[in-house]
Amino acid sequence: MKPKTLFEKIWGNHVVYEEEGKPTLLYVELHLVHEVTSPQAFEGLRESKRNVRRADLTFATMDHNVPTINRNTIDDPVSAQQIKTLRDNCSEFGIELFDLSSPYQGIVHVIGPEQGLTRPGMTIVCGDSHTSTHGAFGSLAFGIGTSEVEHVLATQCLWQNKPKTFEVKVNGVRPRGVTAKDIILSIIGKIGTAGATGTVVEYRGDTISSLSMEQRMTICNMSIEAGARAGMIGPDQITFDYLKDKPRIKDLENLDDLFSTWSKLSTDEGAEFDKSITLDATKVAPQVSWGTSPGMVTGITDSIPNPKNEEDPVKRKSIEDALAYMDLEPDTQIQDIKLDTVFIGSCTNSRVEDLIAASKVVKGKRVSSNINAIVVPGSQLVKYEAEKLGLDKIFKEAGFDWRDSGCSMCLGMNPDQLSPGERCASTSNRNFEGRQGKGGRTHLVSPIMAAAAAINGRFVDIRSYDIDFGEY
Amino acid sequence: MDKFQNVSSCPTPLDCANVDTDQIIPKQFLKRIEKTGFGEFLFYDWRFNDNGSIKKDFILNQEKFTKSEILLARDNFGCGSSREHAPWALKDYGFRVIISTSFADIFYNNCFKNGILPIVVSNESLQYLFHSSYEIDNYLLDVNLKESTIKDNNNFSYGFEIDEFRKKCLLEGLDDIALTLVHSKELDQFEKKLKSIK
Ligand code: SF4
Repeated sequence: MKPKTLFEKIWGNHVVYEEEGKPTLLYVELHLVHEVTSPQAFEGLRESKRNVRRADLTFATMDHNVPTINRNTIDDPVSAQQIKTLRDNCSEFGIELFDLSSPYQGIVHVIGPEQGLTRPGMTIVCGDSHTSTHGAFGSLAFGIGTSEVEHVLATQCLWQNKPKTFEVKVNGVRPRGVTAKDIILSIIGKIGTAGATGTVVEYRGDTISSLSMEQRMTICNMSIEAGARAGMIGPDQITFDYLKDKPRIKDLENLDDLFSTWSKLSTDEGAEFDKSITLDATKVAPQVSWGTSPGMVTGITDSIPNPKNEEDPVKRKSIEDALAYMDLEPDTQIQDIKLDTVFIGSCTNSRVEDLIAASKVVKGKRVSSNINAIVVPGSQLVKYEAEKLGLDKIFKEAGFDWRDSGCSMCLGMNPDQLSPGERCASTSNRNFEGRQGKGGRTHLVSPIMAAAAAINGRFVDIRSYDIDFGEY
Repeated sequence: MDKFQNVSSCPTPLDCANVDTDQIIPKQFLKRIEKTGFGEFLFYDWRFNDNGSIKKDFILNQEKFTKSEILLARDNFGCGSSREHAPWALKDYGFRVIISTSFADIFYNNCFKNGILPIVVSNESLQYLFHSSYEIDNYLLDVNLKESTIKDNNNFSYGFEIDEFRKKCLLEGLDDIALTLVHSKELDQFEKKLKSIK
């Protein structure tokens, strides 16, 4: 038989119907729902008198609008309405909801894996572009729009054109202080924000297989920032060890059978990809974004690019516009950029492992006097586990705010926003204009770079710290 | 969905690459639970000053383009968030066609679900269209989906590529869900098979 990629295997296992010249009707095994992209979909169902086909494969949470202080009082009436609407819709259509009062509530892409809902070999969708996160488990997971949310609710399927496959190989031992976040930022910097458009990326190579599940999620999470339809990593022992004690998995009777099925999913020897690149992890430095698109990124010891050196007029204009918005001068050293805010959180970097690593940097230190720093755990469960380890104390003693879980300042739909002109080192995934608040300026970094920036009031090279980050 | 009709209009040249959906419709407007009424918030931070007054020099606000139904954009238009509020806002504002050298996947898909036609053209043609819409008074571009062509009142003509199935859905205003339910039998069978292997 012709060798197949992980993607081809999962795709093939989910074809409901196909016909020449038409997209494929693909079955969805897990549908995650949140409050922002679902109200119009449920409304559509009601209007056409349709029902949810598989409420048992559908799970909802509220994360984008939720306050991270006093979470039960939502001051903004429109936010409150959106939260209430999800609650009503879930109860009307019989969908399990991780509500604000649940100890398992959190960012949709954090709780799926944490609960064991996300599993290898699945097709997973959510009305959210960072659904690619779940690909870390060897699933085909991608974001959809609200019309498609309605379509999946009604039919549990989607019409899909088959994407191309893109192999991104990362080899070599990461230098200490260089994290999964730096790897993915440098990949995006290299291939550009449309570099993977129309493709499903499979991350491979020895650097990738040595990563923990948390770090694999960080990598797959930002696949969309390179334009990819989805990102994925073949499941292995690290995947199975992570999954085996998760709430929705641990009591399954056929667990051993599942593991053995999952272990056959990986890309076959000799399978071909439509496209392939290789990155040398030993050469990657801690990354800092300087512009208004995630591809505008550079190493910590570098300086801001000068648009004069760019020959392509469209690219030159993009750099000029970005520097004007970011209020940065060409050729400034990254380490000379002073900050106002540090945000550790978001579905990219808010899991326990991220918080442990960041806490090592801040332990016994004080946040610089010019900085407002907050930590927003990705889920209530992350928060609980971090508190068990005493991380909350370390952060609070250093002067960080320690909050309840949610998307928070990743997009500022709740009150956590930057003010105009405020400059932030953020562990999130998008540095678009106004993303964290109108007029706010975002620099994307890893959690340990963010932590070090909080202490120093500006960017510093985390490699100069004598800290053992273990496998992180 | 309404059937897609031919469009004839002077295009609005939005000269930025990598325009993300956060710019098309900023997050503060995502809290509404309806599909309508997003047009007034389209490109909000680019169209309006902090005090709510209009930014006169922004391209959408220039008189020549206020009635435009075609948006010209640069590479990778619609990247970022999957929010369908972006095409809702574009449609509600009055855009029916978007022309660029490339689009982000989710956005491209979302357009078709809302009766907006995204057209991919060559770099050279896009340059020509940008130039013409800026420089020529009474410039008009005709978009004919049935023939998959765009033509202007200056002898420019371009045949664009589009997936036949998507074209049919737009032209006939087909409802995706109804199309899927035709395959209910296959769907039931698939679910049985899935259950047996789990
Ligand atoms: S944390 Fe940010 S990127 Fe992730 S789901 Fe929430 S808003 Fe989206």
